[in-house]
Amino acid sequence: MTTTESKLETTGVSTSATTGSRGSRILGIATIIAMGWLVAFGLGFSPEDRDQREAVRLLYVHVPTIWIAYLAFVVTAIGSAMYLFTKKKSLGWDRLAGASAEIGTIFVAVTLVVGALWGRLTWGVFWQWDARLTTTALLFVTYIGYLAVRQLGGTHEQRARRSAVIGLLAVLEIPLVHWSVRLWRSLHQEATVLGTDADVNMDGLMLFSLFVGVVAFTLLYVWLLMHRTRGMAMEDYLDDRGLDEALEARRAEGEPAARAEGAN
Amino acid sequence: MEDAGFIFGSYLLTFATVALVAWRYVRSGRRLARRVPDEEKYWL
Repeated sequence: MTTTESKLETTGVSTSATTGSRGSRILGIATIIAMGWLVAFGLGFSPEDRDQREAVRLLYVHVPTIWIAYLAFVVTAIGSAMYLFTKKKSLGWDRLAGASAEIGTIFVAVTLVVGALWGRLTWGVFWQWDARLTTTALLFVTYIGYLAVRQLGGTHEQRARRSAVIGLLAVLEIPLVHWSVRLWRSLHQEATVLGTDADVNMDGLMLFSLFVGVVAFTLLYVWLLMHRTRGMAMEDYLDDRGLDEALEARRAEGEPAARAEGAN
Repeated sequence: MEDAGFIFGSYLLTFATVALVAWRYVRSGRRLARRVPDEEKYWL
């Protein structure tokens, strides 16, 4: 236990050892309910597809996870832009960008794994170097790189500046991933909902199940984002405080020697 | 049925992953919050 920690715990300064708030608790309950609905609709009420049969049920987790990953990376880009281009240079924007990228990367990983399982069912293989799969894997690796850059040494401001530039560049991959099925010949099916013709070719209950999935994962994303940004704010605070304490200790070490030198 | 294993496995994997991430965020948040004074916690 560090000195700061023991001091806070014994003096009782910290009374709320949580990143939760009333809002996040309500959101958490709503997320659990929505996830329950997703399981009910995705695995139960939704009908089987004419071509894909039962395998279509994977759509209700595969599509929402990648859409929310796109959203997370757009939020990262917005946070990065706000940090770089506003006068205040608030680290809050940087933490929002970092937390969102972390969650987005996890969602892309889930998309890739569920996609591989779906691929095995429909194409007979887990992986193909197909345009959509390859660009999605590239997106995943890019954001792993973004997260690695955030871990490099330096001040919080240096971290924020470096990662903001990458966050703004990396988001440009999203249109490439989304339109890869049109730009190149692909095994992956074209967009059913977000196509260019604005025509949704889906059964009503299937579309509703997909909607439930999108709502559930959006709620989950916001809940995770709230907790992660709060955690990051505390990490930064403790980093700063640790540095201040180390400097104080260093100064205190030097004082007796300086005094002795002065006496001589 | 082979499909059922893949379908249930995918759902299980998805929910297990997000539950693990949520648990890690809450746990690390609690650990950090014990070391930080309340006036620094803007969400309280």
